[in-house]
Order: sequence, then structure tokens, then C-alpha cells
Amino acid sequence: MRSFRIFVQKEFFHIMRDRWTTLILLVLPILMIILFGFGITTEIRNTKFAVYDPSGDYTTRGIVNKLESSEYFTLERYIDSEDEIERLFRRGETGFAIVFGDNRILLIADGTDPNTASVLTNYATALINSYLQESAVRQVGGGAATDVAGDPPVASATAAAHRTITPEIRLLYNPSLKSAYNIVPGIMGMILMLICAMMTSVSIAREKELGTMEVLLVSPMKPFLIILSKIVPYFTISVINYITILLLSVFVLKVPIAGSLILLSGLSLLFIFVSLLLGILISSVVDKQITALLISGMMLMMPAVFLSGLMFPIESMPEVLQWLSHILPVKWFIIAVRSVMVKGLGISSILQEVSILIGMGIIILIISIKKFKYRLE
Amino acid sequence: MLKYLLEKEFKQFFRNKALPKMAVIMPFMAILIFPLVANFEIKNINLAIVDHDKSSTSRQLIEKVAAGGYFTISDVAESYAEAMNGIEVNRSDIILEIPARLENDLQREGKTTVQISANAVSAIKGGLGSTYLAGIIGEYNIEINGKITTVINPDSITITPRFWYNPRLLYTYFMVPALMVMVLAMVCGFLPALNIVGEKESGTIEQINVTPISKLNFILSKLLPYWIIGFVVLTISFLAAWVAYGLTPVGSIGTIYLFAALFVLAFSGFGLVISNYASTLQQAMFMMFFFVLTFIFMSGLYTPVANMPQWAQNLSIISPLKYIIVVLRQVYLKGSTFTELHTPFWMLTSFAIFFNGWAVLSYRKKS
Repeated sequence: MRSFRIFVQKEFFHIMRDRWTTLILLVLPILMIILFGFGITTEIRNTKFAVYDPSGDYTTRGIVNKLESSEYFTLERYIDSEDEIERLFRRGETGFAIVFGDNRILLIADGTDPNTASVLTNYATALINSYLQESAVRQVGGGAATDVAGDPPVASATAAAHRTITPEIRLLYNPSLKSAYNIVPGIMGMILMLICAMMTSVSIAREKELGTMEVLLVSPMKPFLIILSKIVPYFTISVINYITILLLSVFVLKVPIAGSLILLSGLSLLFIFVSLLLGILISSVVDKQITALLISGMMLMMPAVFLSGLMFPIESMPEVLQWLSHILPVKWFIIAVRSVMVKGLGISSILQEVSILIGMGIIILIISIKKFKYRLE
Repeated sequence: MLKYLLEKEFKQFFRNKALPKMAVIMPFMAILIFPLVANFEIKNINLAIVDHDKSSTSRQLIEKVAAGGYFTISDVAESYAEAMNGIEVNRSDIILEIPARLENDLQREGKTTVQISANAVSAIKGGLGSTYLAGIIGEYNIEINGKITTVINPDSITITPRFWYNPRLLYTYFMVPALMVMVLAMVCGFLPALNIVGEKESGTIEQINVTPISKLNFILSKLLPYWIIGFVVLTISFLAAWVAYGLTPVGSIGTIYLFAALFVLAFSGFGLVISNYASTLQQAMFMMFFFVLTFIFMSGLYTPVANMPQWAQNLSIISPLKYIIVVLRQVYLKGSTFTELHTPFWMLTSFAIFFNGWAVLSYRKKS
């Protein structure tokens, strides 16, 4: 047991001596949480818009005021001709313009960014409709148009019309529509994968490349324990990172843990083990650091970022890629974490994901045991 | 002297098995496959319907929603709880709950409410989905009120949205120019970073250090090959975008090359700075990974910089990727000309001078 402790200690020394890598391993989760959590936002706030209004009458000014007073739009300026819009768009100063004509309003959006463009025109249409209906009610003498300023534009769009169905929108799990709710489980999967699979495989490959693996293997330690001593430090770092991510997401991003913390931790432990096994599997097939780096980078990290649903919705991908995404352990982990952490569901709802992860773990374990024995002979 | 150094770099590049292939294949792969994956387009939202009313009005409303194109009806449930099960197992994304007295209330009192409950774990999907659905219900209101509205509002103003530069709102058009930048950043950022570290690890840098080669010449010899490779990679990306999506720049190709030249210079310089400080391949990879990730997220690649919190917007000034992505999107889709792109030009020029100056200064011949 004592010799095992010394082996583990040696591994820790390896990691700690490389200051840059240690620093990055510990800071990377923090950076990612902050960048992904705050950086990717689909909220539209204070979009600058330009107005071309040759008539300048009461209604058009009212509409501009209505848009201006909402939190979504800020008036950039009035322009003197329609051609000017082209210039503004091309310089990238604004991406939205309103052109008033006789009985028609043209909403011109810069379609370069399709999602923003469609959200902007949706909001503006709703706001203008609600203004027109309010003023219509006022003209008729109803006067009692409800004050709808500050409500979400769409919900209030038709509040004053005659026969109306008002949609009441409830946003489940994430009422303030923070992208962080979606991102945190993804980052958790990505970081754990990075540390466990990539770092483990590279560190074992380095021993092989430098020839020191032979030295370790001739020691009286059992090969199984040698590998175990290699994983212990990365396991520790993963656990530290897991705790960092949870703390940051709860206290900085304000993403609460809706479900059971014990279940979440158990799930993460399971995933850490699967990733460590993957790392060992990779290291048993390669014998150069750079190959280990490339294999884990190309076959684990890239798919983990792009195919796992971390950022891009899997449903929008072509069928083939959707099938491909099924073989990624990280995908199942992310789905399960979302269920537990964000939706607050219990173990019964994540049985499928958990059993898939366990199944994958067992398969990888069997393959790597076979490969490992082969290497020793 | 520089000539021989360049010859050496090119020979090394072409002798490597993987690198030349990578420089050709990577742009193709990125332009062809990536837009399929990096897709924030929201379509086929799965809708669960709980219709307590089962009247002709509610059926009309449901038909209207289903015909909208955004929604697929995945579930027709008897109760909200039943529909909620579907949300929990990700079978449906949004529940539309129609109250029992919808038609009745609508005719007697003129108003009623329906419930939209959206799974907002993915803010984009939940937010856009519920907005679309509310929009369709709004249209339905206008339909049933058609005549009445015109009586109250004699002007009957029509609102027409127009989408310039990308009338069909294709997400691909948004991503492809930015992906070209990504490929450039990968090839012209990572390769120089790995290059000097490679020489350090194999010990050949010592041989260069004992020659009378000046710091400037050494850095130039490392920089220029990637500059040229950058042009090749960019041209391949143009071709791939044209072949796959029929996308050609509206603006001038010359403008794109000019800005790309500046960007590659700046970013390769950055790669060289990293390689001067790193001592192992693994360190260099990690440092690049760390910075490139930061730059990408500050660049507005996925979501507009203007929507970020203020501190993030301030921070985004230091991302060279931000400027070149803006330039490529503007020139490719809008046809902006050089006079409209002054800020990116000066910023990229400053980055190029700053990083390359730093690379020359931080390269030490003495160990």
C-alpha cells in the first residue's frame, strides 16, 4: 500500500511541476463557465434602429416612442432617405430600420444573423400592433386601453382587440431564459471529459514515449495498480473541477440545483469513471503523446463540443450526425445532468441514460483489459 | 539568409505527412460539415396539445398552429400532467393548453386565455418557440377579428418585414464566412505555435541559435510560410462555399484578401508568442486552446457581441477574431467596401504589429 501511495505521489509531482498545465487545468473550468454562461446570450436588449419617416405624423411618432420605450430597442437616429439604410447596414452601425409609408410600415432587418433578425421583426411587429390597437380603442372612445407597457410584447400584442385569445407564456425550469441553464451541464461534461480522458491518455503515453513505462512495469507493483496510480491524480482534479463548476454555477451564474445533489454527484462520478476508462483505452492503443493528444482531441473533444448538444441543438442536425451522437458518452451525461440539475427530476427519469453510461463503461473496461494484457506480454 | 530559412520551412512543411493534407482537407471539412452541426436554427419544435374545449374554435386554432411550419404535434394529451411527462422525457418542447370554455368565453366575453408552457432549459428553443406560438395565436386573433379591426382602425396599416442580404434567413450564410475565419485561425494560429516548440523539443533550435541569424529573420521565416498557407486555405474555403452553397462574396475578393492577410499576420504572430513561452508541445496546445477559446467566444461567432453584457463587450475589443469575422460577414453578405471598414482595419493592423513585435522581442537566443 505504501508503494502505491508513493506512485500516486510521483504522479502528483509530474502534474504540479508543470505550472502552466496545472494552472490551466484549474482555471479552465472557471473561464469556460464565465465565457459560455455570459457570452452566449440570445437575449435581445437595446438594439439600435433607424427610422425613415417622411410624414412625421402623430401615429408614426407614437410608434417610434413605443419601440423606444421597450427594453428591446433604442433609437439610433432618424434618417433622411431610404438609401441611407444601406449605408448604415453596411457599416454595421445598426441592423434594423423602420420605413413609414402610406398605410404601410416596412420593417427592414439585416438578415446576416437570421435568429436575431427574426426575433427583432417579431418583437417590432407585436409592439406596433399593440400600439395601433391601443390607439384604435382610444379613438373609438373606449379609453380604457389597458396599460401594457413593460409586458412581453407578444403577450400583450392584442390585449385591446375585440375578440382575443391571450397567450399566457410560462417558461418552465428557466423563467428568465438564461442560456447558462443549458450550458452548465454541457461544460461539466466537457471539462470532465477533457481532464479524465485526454490528460490520462497523454500522461500514460508520455511514460511510454520516454521509455519510463518499462521501468514502472518491472517494479514489484502490479500493472493494474500502476495504472490506478496514474488515474488517482486526474480523478482528484476532476472532483475539484466538478465542485468548482457547481459552486460557480450556483453562486455566479445563479443556476440552482433543482434536483438532488447526491444523485447529481453520483451521476458525475459514474461519468468520471467512464471517461477515465476511455483515457486508459486510448493510451493502450497509442505510444506517442501527440497521437494520444490528437485522438482524444479529434475523437472525444471535438464531438463533445459539437455533437453532444452542449451548444447546438441535436435535433437540428442531419440524421447521420444524430445517430453518430448516440455513441458519445458525454451526450447521455449532459441529458441526465440537465434532467437532474435543471429540471429537478429523480432517478427514475434518468434510468435510460444511466444504464447506457454503465453499459458503455463495461464495454470500454473489457476492451481495455484485453488490450492492456496484450501490451504486457 | 531569409531565403534559405524559408526554403527550410517549406521543405519541412511538405515533408510532413499530415500537414499539407490537413491544410487542404480542413477547409473543405469545416465548410461542408460544420454548418450542418453548428445550427441554431429552430425548426420542428415538438408541440404537445391539451385541448379541454374540443370545440370548432379550438380545432381551428390547432390547425392554424400546425400549419405554421414551425411546429410538429408530438402529443395530444388529456391533461396537463400527462403532457408534462412528455416534456420531462424530451418528447415535446412546448405545451399548448386550451381551457374548457375557450369558444364559450370568446363569444360571450370576447376574451380568453390559452396557456403556453415551454421547456426553457435551452433558452433559444424555449424563447423562440413560445414567441412563434404566441405570434401564430396573434395572427389567429386578427383573422377572427378581421372585419371589426378595420371598422375601429380605418387606416388598416400593414406591416411588412424585409430581410436584407439574406432574404431566406439561411443560417448557413451566417456561419460560413465566420467558419472561414475559424479555419484560418486553426491553421495559421496553431501551426506556428507548435512549430517553434517542436524545434525546442527536438533540440534543433539550438542549432539555429548558434548561427548569426537575426531574431527578426528567424521570426519572419516562421511567419511567412503560414501567411502563404493562409492564402491557400482561404482560397480553398471560397471554393468550398461556392461549390456547396453557391455562396460568393457580394463585395470584392480583394478586400477580403487584404483583411485576411492582416489577420493571418496578427494571429500567426500570436501563435509565435505562445511558442516562445511554452516549453513542451502539451503546454503550447493548452495555452492556445485556452486563448483561442476566449477569443472565439468574445468574437460574436455564435451570438452578436451587442447582446452580451457590457463587461464582455469591453473585453471583446481584445479579440482579433471579432474584427475579421465582422469583415468577412460584411463583405461576403452585404458587400461592404474598404471605406466602411476602417475600424477593423486599424485594429487588425495594431494587432499584427503588437503580436509580431512581441514575438521578435520575446524570442531569446540564450537559454
